[in-house]
Amino acid sequence: MAEDWQEAGFGLYVHWPFCQAKCPYCDFNSHVVANVDQSRWADAFEREIARYAAETDGRVLRSIFFGGGTPSLMQPETVARVLNAARAAWPFANDCEITLEANPTSVEAARFGGYADAGINRISMGIQALNDDDLRRLGRLHDVADAMAAFDVARTLFDRVSFDLIYARQEQTLLGWKDELRRALDMAVDHLSLYQLTIEEGTAFGDRYAAGRLRGLPDEDRAADMWDVTQEVTSEAGFAAYEVSNHARPGAESRHNLLYWKSGDYVGIGPGAHGRLTLDGARWATETPLAPGAWIEKIETTGSGEALRETIDHADRLAEFLLMGLRVTDGIDEIRLSRLGGDVLFNNISKLVSLDLLERRDGHIRATPQGRAVLNSILREILSD
Amino acid sequence: MTDLSHIRNFSIVAHIDHGKSTLADRLIQSTNTVAERDMKEQLLDAMDIERERGITIKANTVRIDYEALDGQTYVLNLIDTPGHVDFAYEVSRSMRAVEGSLLVVDSTQGVEAQTLANVYQAIDADHEIVPILNKIDLPASDCDRVAEQIEDVIGIDASGAIRVSAKTGVGIRETLEAIVAHLPPPKGDRDAPLKAMLVDSWYDSYLGVVVLVRIMDGVLRKGDQIRMMGTGARYGVDRIGVFRPPMTTVDELGPGEIGFLTASIKQVRDTRVGDTITHEKKGTETPLPGFKPSQPVVFCGLFPVDSSEFEDLRTAIEKLALNDASFSYEMETSAALGFGFRCGFLGLLHLEVIRDRIEREYDIDLITTAPSVVYHLYMKDGTMTELHNPADMPDLTYVDHVEEPRIKATILVPDEFLGDVLKLCQDRRGIQLDLTYAGQRAMVVYDLPLNEVVFDFYDRLKSVTKGYASFDYQLVGYREDNLVKMQVLVNDEPVDALSMMVHRDRAEARGRAMCEKLKDLIPRHMFKIPIQAAIGGKVIARETLSALRKDVTAKCYGGDATRKRKLLDKQKAGKKKMRQFGKVDIPQEAFISALKMDS
Ligand SMILES: Nc1nc2c(ncn2[C@@H]2O[C@H](COP(=O)(O)OP(=O)(O)OP(=O)(O)O)[C@@H](O)[C@H]2O)c(=O)[nH]1
Ligand SMILES: C[S@@+](CC[C@H](N)C(=O)[O-])C[C@H]1O[C@@H](n2cnc3c(N)ncnc32)[C@H](O)[C@@H]1O
Ligand code: SF4
Ligand SMILES: [Mg+2]
Repeated sequence: MAEDWQEAGFGLYVHWPFCQAKCPYCDFNSHVVANVDQSRWADAFEREIARYAAETDGRVLRSIFFGGGTPSLMQPETVARVLNAARAAWPFANDCEITLEANPTSVEAARFGGYADAGINRISMGIQALNDDDLRRLGRLHDVADAMAAFDVARTLFDRVSFDLIYARQEQTLLGWKDELRRALDMAVDHLSLYQLTIEEGTAFGDRYAAGRLRGLPDEDRAADMWDVTQEVTSEAGFAAYEVSNHARPGAESRHNLLYWKSGDYVGIGPGAHGRLTLDGARWATETPLAPGAWIEKIETTGSGEALRETIDHADRLAEFLLMGLRVTDGIDEIRLSRLGGDVLFNNISKLVSLDLLERRDGHIRATPQGRAVLNSILREILSD
Repeated sequence: MTDLSHIRNFSIVAHIDHGKSTLADRLIQSTNTVAERDMKEQLLDAMDIERERGITIKANTVRIDYEALDGQTYVLNLIDTPGHVDFAYEVSRSMRAVEGSLLVVDSTQGVEAQTLANVYQAIDADHEIVPILNKIDLPASDCDRVAEQIEDVIGIDASGAIRVSAKTGVGIRETLEAIVAHLPPPKGDRDAPLKAMLVDSWYDSYLGVVVLVRIMDGVLRKGDQIRMMGTGARYGVDRIGVFRPPMTTVDELGPGEIGFLTASIKQVRDTRVGDTITHEKKGTETPLPGFKPSQPVVFCGLFPVDSSEFEDLRTAIEKLALNDASFSYEMETSAALGFGFRCGFLGLLHLEVIRDRIEREYDIDLITTAPSVVYHLYMKDGTMTELHNPADMPDLTYVDHVEEPRIKATILVPDEFLGDVLKLCQDRRGIQLDLTYAGQRAMVVYDLPLNEVVFDFYDRLKSVTKGYASFDYQLVGYREDNLVKMQVLVNDEPVDALSMMVHRDRAEARGRAMCEKLKDLIPRHMFKIPIQAAIGGKVIARETLSALRKDVTAKCYGGDATRKRKLLDKQKAGKKKMRQFGKVDIPQEAFISALKMDS
């Protein structure tokens, strides 16, 4: 019998943990470091790929994602070495999606050509706002003009270009956001990630918020209004959400991220990267050290970057399947849910269906539009005993 | 065995925090009763909860030997008492065991409500009173003004008041001398039949029940066969002793002495404070007058948050009750909260103390329901029943009328806050009885319904007077009023734990305030929730908690799966801290917070 992960496929995530500067809202594993010995990093990535290849012989790679941090600080040469190692390790699917996250400054845009040559076929740009004042407040190093120029470069070099915007920013108005969103949709883009600003603990914004000094953030109702507007405006433009925060023209969805949401298998390499692998019938979670130095030294001294490898038990597998899967507009496959032992949850699911928060159709269970906005509550309810 | 003329027995009384326990420390220390290395602040406040809150809850007795300036050694038995009004009963019975009182007044604060209450009790008990002006080390100390106040307000001579700093030790010697010189020695006849007062009793994990006694006449010895005249119980005395402050055994206790006995008594409940202890054979014929027993005045339900902990809660409550006769309990079942206990307390502080101890010492999370006083229901058939729980209110067609407990409250307040205090008392259905001035301070006496006071009156009083008012009360009796039961319905289901008795004229306002509060306290759910207050079938206030609109994580990629899953687990555990009423989760704190009124 086919293993469950095969429903979504197999991918590779590469984490580049360095940034030019730390943004005040960001809680990603990113570090500001003056000089990075990139060939040493390429060596480490190569060793990790080879190690995983030995365990996953015969798998076909569906997608690769360079995430960060700021992967657009990587030399094209470094990217090429990683991709070559991956090619040597696994056969690539014909339509293998290879994405690199880029910050839209001119310096970085200058490297885009090199990335295309190395094999990158999709760029995801962190534009964040189409308004210079807000970009400054977000601590970004680019302005709107830089972002536009970088976007144009990307557009000519890559088949697929996406960018990220953050909304529900300080003092942002509903009308302002509507207008900004329309301008974003007018750009020749095929995919957009629209994230509501999250105040994360342990970030500069988190500290200011705790001290009561981060003003002008929307309350729950205003945030919900912004969310509603986001759904409306994108749907009108043929960019309906295919996931909580992701919008695409039909066919332009991010395959790599769908692989996460649909509980596929993925290898995660680089500091703080997580992986999920089905081996000998069990599903394993892997983790690596967060600190860049610790990760690379671990590889150089022990031959492995893994800090943790543990099996995920049935209950946790089911929880992950739901919490990832219900984010997708299509929802989850009922047969897969049953196979993972989810029959016990149907009672809870029915209650949510009767509240019009979930719906069951065509063998799928999905969140209704109003359900998707309160998905965390839905998950607590589904998983409650 | 000490000669009567060389014994002095006294209690230390004062308003809360005026320094009784600290003064006791200095008296103990300067007489070398306790070795220097064993000394610590408020030595007598031994319970965890006392040390943590910095207050005295249980009265404590110590025997000290003092070599006076006249060259003679005196035995001094001091009783440190609590200042908080909830524990006023501890003060009154302590006073029955002694002949005099040290009245401590904080010289930076002056006379406060409990100062007055304590003085009246001391006068009632025929005590000699030695006034002490404490905290003279503080810059704000104003002894002359406070002495004058004592004379004006209390009407006792304060010219000889001793100026003390219990902190630095200034005036301690003078205090000891005044005790010897001004307080009378006890009276008693060594050859008369044994007559001893049962002052207090508590449970000690090593010794079992320990009984604090004051010998009036006769001599008590180890091995004696004794009889409690009130309960009729008979025991053989296992051990007698005194507190120094550790329990120290002695061979006998004679007239005028204060000490303890143990006698394989099983529970504190088997003893009755105020009872007279005598010898089984050749005992006295005339018992002491006894004390009025303390009555719980505030009742509330205690339920385990996790219903599987009911048995643990039972054990905890039984253990605590073993040692606290003023705490009562009986089993209660609630439609929404399951099994729990209806408990009676001396006041809200007492309630909090017990609740804290259950939560901490026994590690049980509790839901505390609305505190209520005891109503008297006069039924149409002529009978009277006590109502301890508003949820048990019978159908009104059977009830002729309802009476509620009333108190006489004494409030001392600087005159600039007088208006606010009067308004607060009026708002709480008070009837003014008296208003007088002593210098810049007003003394207001009000007749108030206890039900309007138990909950948050003291908090409100503190906040409208910036902490400058003091408050004391006594129960005075029951009076009829137009009282009705108000129910709260959440999502159309009545929540019995939130039912309360209210005055009909105030029901709408209370109902509205309650619904608004609950609207803030209950988290939004995935559906909208009507919150209503009703009397009988009639809705008198209504709010709607709108449905949750936004609760979704913006970013969730491969690296977030583990974190999200663990967060969900944690939230599931957090949900256990709430109780489900129908489909609605109500957080624990809502039950108490919903009742706090803002005016
Ligand atoms: N500066 C100063 N502080 C004092 C003096 N006496 C007591 N205090 C402080 O006043 C506070 C209350 O003292 P306690 O001795 O606990 O008062 P109490 O009257 O026993 O209080 P309750 O038992 O709760 O009624 C403590 O912080 C003491 O340290 C004094 O003479 N000078
Ligand atoms: C790995 S991050 C950053 C990639 C790239 N370094 C950049 O900043 O452009 C991916 C995206 O997450 C979003 N993001 C990061 N922190 C966020 C936060 N606190 N709230 C909402 N979105 C956030 C941003 O839109 C960002 O582009
Ligand atoms: S938002 Fe992007 S650029 Fe900013 S610190 Fe985070 S990873 Fe680095
Ligand atoms: Mg004290």
